[in-house]
Amino acid sequence: MSFLSVTRVIKRFGDVEAVKAVDLEVPRGAFFALLGPSGCGKTTLLRMIAGFEQPDDGVIAIDGVAMNGVPAHQRPTNMVFQSYAIFPHLNVFDNVAYGLRRDGLGKDALRARVEAMLATVRLEGMGARRADQLSGGQRQRVALARALVKQPKILLLDEPLGALDKRLREQMQVELRALQKSLGITFLLVTHDQEEALSMADHIAVMNGGRILQIASPRDLYERPNCREVADFIGEINFFHASVKEIAGDNVTCNAGLLGIVPVPRRAFGFAIAAGDHVLLALRPERITLSGGTVAGEIAAASFLGERSHYHARIAGRSEPVFVASSGPAPQGPVMLGWNPADVIALPFVE
Amino acid sequence: MGKSLISGFSGGVQVAKAEDGNDAGYLLLSPTLAVMALTLAAPLALLFLYSLTRTTGPVLEGGATLAQYAEVLGREGYRALFWRSLDISAVVTLATVALAYPMAYFVAFHAGRRKFLWLIALTIPFWTSYLLRVFAWKIILGYGGVINSALISIGLISAPLEFLLYNPFSVVVTLTHAWAAFAILPIYVSLEKIDRSLLEAATDLGDGPLRRFLRITLPLSMPGVIGAALLVFVPTTGDYVTPTLVGGPQGAMIANIISVQFDRVGNWPLGAALALASMAVVGVLAMLFVAAARAAAKAAR
Repeated sequence: MSFLSVTRVIKRFGDVEAVKAVDLEVPRGAFFALLGPSGCGKTTLLRMIAGFEQPDDGVIAIDGVAMNGVPAHQRPTNMVFQSYAIFPHLNVFDNVAYGLRRDGLGKDALRARVEAMLATVRLEGMGARRADQLSGGQRQRVALARALVKQPKILLLDEPLGALDKRLREQMQVELRALQKSLGITFLLVTHDQEEALSMADHIAVMNGGRILQIASPRDLYERPNCREVADFIGEINFFHASVKEIAGDNVTCNAGLLGIVPVPRRAFGFAIAAGDHVLLALRPERITLSGGTVAGEIAAASFLGERSHYHARIAGRSEPVFVASSGPAPQGPVMLGWNPADVIALPFVE
Repeated sequence: MGKSLISGFSGGVQVAKAEDGNDAGYLLLSPTLAVMALTLAAPLALLFLYSLTRTTGPVLEGGATLAQYAEVLGREGYRALFWRSLDISAVVTLATVALAYPMAYFVAFHAGRRKFLWLIALTIPFWTSYLLRVFAWKIILGYGGVINSALISIGLISAPLEFLLYNPFSVVVTLTHAWAAFAILPIYVSLEKIDRSLLEAATDLGDGPLRRFLRITLPLSMPGVIGAALLVFVPTTGDYVTPTLVGGPQGAMIANIISVQFDRVGNWPLGAALALASMAVVGVLAMLFVAAARAAAKAAR
């Protein structure tokens, strides 16, 4: 049985079903991310795991113990709040020590635990600082230390990097990841920032409209999305309507209109198909080449981004441009778009 | 040299700017300052002048004297009256804050969308005059009052209870009711300002409702509590109407004797000295209270 298991959990706010029969299994020691746009139910799910909201139906179990009816203050979880929620009337030391005061530790043991945790989050010697003397990054570290010092079974992180500037955010992503690996505590991160989820988590659950669309590793999520929403939400992508022309063993050929007859490996289809079925083919921008291909087009717009360039290529008869990312030399004149059949992502077509 | 010139110049600019800011500030304040000077500072100065005279009237015949202050400090009766006033006020403050806190807590945390309605409702008693509210308590607590007649008619007592009215108890009850809103509002504001995520964080870190209240809610609402305590303590010490109407001889307070000096006795110098002495005592006590509350807040960490 997995470490955190969420089974058929439903949460309603009035008439709105914020979380719709969600199932989720998080292994012990994982860095797990709930990714989705705002209002997708990810924060509600996190708050139900923390105990701040009660599910209307379903079971949440941590380490084999059902949490229904267990109040928030008795759960083996601790949370890093989006606003950090640093206690303004306490200094850094007392903020971090807050959750330990009742654990019956001796004065010296408590001090040692707190000092060690401050060192872990690189706040050595800052114990006496008042809450209002901290920078955004330091507040984040205090919030992290305060939760981690309780040695929770699961650390919950609610958009923990949202309030930081880009540079600090990238630095904290690396640090959080390293911290999680060294402590071995299960981290459950909620974020709307796909980059954050992709760079830190081992597993990502993509949520939308109160449902989990796909649970996969970051690479699989990017390369093998299971539906249009996930493919669209993670990174950039080009969609092409197609129909299955022929299935011959491991090889499938599709009629993709303007792209012509497109061969697609059978294993690209994670779902049942039959000849004549309507499907959606998708290509990541960096998987498309600008020369040597079979589809004629011309560059409508180009932007140089340093290590790579982005192009909008127009194909006659298609209204939206094809998005291409390339690190090669800038193309001159008309282009011939091409791709490797193994890079084609096949998705079910939904009206 | 050029450098010092420039720095001197920019320093000058800064000073000028700061002065501009101050000027604008004083200009904005000037109507208030004028009113304060006219209605507060001037009468106080006059009162001080009176307290130094020997006889009633604005003339310093035979020079200034501290005889009135010696009288204030020397007479046992005045000191007793001071103590009683402070005593009553302290009890009123304690009772008001203790009763106001749950009300403010309820409105801040549990009134939901009806918050505004509750706040309006809390001020309803103030729509009638102070005098009427004090009279209302006289009717409730009096010999033939609501409580006594009710208790007699259900046969619990045969004669009216005498301890209800015309003593310090009735003064405390009346003042506590009269000043409730002044305590509720500042406490409500300080509770309302508390970030709800702090309460969730405390819960998340293992605090049950009671511990969370003692460690987060109460310390963070202390500014409101201190404000409420001062707002009640300072004016009730000098209250005159309530002890006059419901206090009786045992419930008289310092303001009553001051009014008697100015009015019936006609000893303005002594009245002035009593008024200023009581003001000084309340001022010192208020400062001590704030200092003690600050120290307590620090120690509570």
